Amino acid sequence: MTAGHSKQPKLGVKGATKVYNTRSGDLLAIDRCSLDIMEGEIVSIVGPSGCGKTTLLWSMSGLHGLSAGEVLLDGVAITGPNPDISMVFQDANLLPWRNLDANINFPFEIKGIKPDRIWIDELLSRVGLEGFGGRFPRELSGGMQQRAALVRALSFKPSVLLMDEPFGALDAFTREEMNRLVEEIWLDTKTTIVLITHSIEEAIFLSDRVVVLSPRPGRVANIHTVPFPRPRSLEIMSTKEVFDLTNAIKREIVGTQQSRYPASSAQQLPAAQ
Amino acid sequence: MSETDAIPVFKSKADGGSDVGITNMSALTSGPGIKSMGEVLAVILVAVIVIGGMELALNIFDVPQYVLPKPSEIAVALVFDFHFIAPHLGHTLVELFGGFAIGASVGLILAAVITQFPFVEKIVTPYILLLVTTPMLALVPLLILRFGFGYEPRIIAVALASGPMVMINAATGFRRVDQGKIALARSYGASTLQIFWKIRAPMALPMIFVGLMVGSIFGLLTAVGAEMVGGGFGLGNRLTSYSSMIQMPQFFAVVLILSILGILIYVLFFLLGKRFASWEA
Repeated sequence: MTAGHSKQPKLGVKGATKVYNTRSGDLLAIDRCSLDIMEGEIVSIVGPSGCGKTTLLWSMSGLHGLSAGEVLLDGVAITGPNPDISMVFQDANLLPWRNLDANINFPFEIKGIKPDRIWIDELLSRVGLEGFGGRFPRELSGGMQQRAALVRALSFKPSVLLMDEPFGALDAFTREEMNRLVEEIWLDTKTTIVLITHSIEEAIFLSDRVVVLSPRPGRVANIHTVPFPRPRSLEIMSTKEVFDLTNAIKREIVGTQQSRYPASSAQQLPAAQ
Repeated sequence: MSETDAIPVFKSKADGGSDVGITNMSALTSGPGIKSMGEVLAVILVAVIVIGGMELALNIFDVPQYVLPKPSEIAVALVFDFHFIAPHLGHTLVELFGGFAIGASVGLILAAVITQFPFVEKIVTPYILLLVTTPMLALVPLLILRFGFGYEPRIIAVALASGPMVMINAATGFRRVDQGKIALARSYGASTLQIFWKIRAPMALPMIFVGLMVGSIFGLLTAVGAEMVGGGFGLGNRLTSYSSMIQMPQFFAVVLILSILGILIYVLFFLLGKRFASWEA
């Protein structure tokens, strides 16, 4: 997945490096990450906690600047939030003082454009939230809130959807249901999706490729292609191939933590900036 | 860029977010709700027992009127002398609304502006604290010297008493930054002004209501106090006047009116809070 591709990547990450200036000194969060994400692809990013997954995703969204390197959307460098990119956050991040309808209208209010009611109603009925428009977030379950957040994120038809551990706070069953929902919507829209997750099962279920990051500073340690056909049924997900891939990725994450990058490596980082 | 370059912490409530002030807010929104007819009857029954008991006790122990008038005498004074008291009530309301409108507006604007600049906030906060903790009544004699016995010194005193209260509470509200929600708005390309109106202001609203309530009660206190210091009108003036003439039923009628005024202010902001900030409770 490097040079020589005939197609231009939808999202190109080139040598992304981010240093945080914290009170206890500079902190190298991600180090020369490079990654090409093709149009219509679902790519998951997994890795041990604190490895800079969120930093990498936020750089892709333009919410965060990079210390070095760049992120290209359709070949153009991203310098700030981009109307083509939409973000789903860790918690549903609905505004508690707005009802569901007003929450879904929020992006349109900010952008100053008219909401596409037909598309929004279709999304709402697809996620099973039709008729809940007048409800406030506190009146909805965690799963419903996250589904509403998904509708909000897709409401203005972004070409890239970035998801930052979107279902981490949900219970296992709700989570699987959400995964199926995302797959279903993706089969329709073919929106390019980049997903951060702690669940390798989730990563394999949803992704065309799974990117494994090393412990901090995050580097691209490995990229796995997930060849299974879609829609990925329960039968496919319980095959030995899936099981083996899950274990391989798990071993990689655990392995990098214990042996490949000993604790002392943190001190040997190149001086920041 | 300082906002963007912090290490992202995206737990549900960044910076202690929504937890701040919930206790304050619950005082506003979780007031006693009356559930059933039985409860209404119980409330009335207790009131009758308390007031009737007072009437009875004052009769039995033959307490002189200048020490404590009977509830019936207060009621009679309230009804038959109300036309004497009403104009004074009007004056007090003018001072209260005038002073509170000025104080609250300035307080709100200041709170919104200084919380945007942490450095300015650090410099200004001690003075605001000084204004909050100093009883503004202390300035009234001085204000009377300068402005005479009209509305001006009282309105200024009310503004000085209520403004800082509104400001300090509103500032607490504006400081409740939820980075996740701000990031959400920014991801749609929101400007600083949009973030203020669509995220910061609504998040601050519950604390703003707390500030308005406390500020207006402080304003009432100061208005009445200022009227007691000097000038020939206002409910405070009636209090000093009636007590000097030992017209205790009338005196207590005025006290009762002041209590009702205070309760009305509380109920007003309680309802406003319930209508516009109930999402937090």
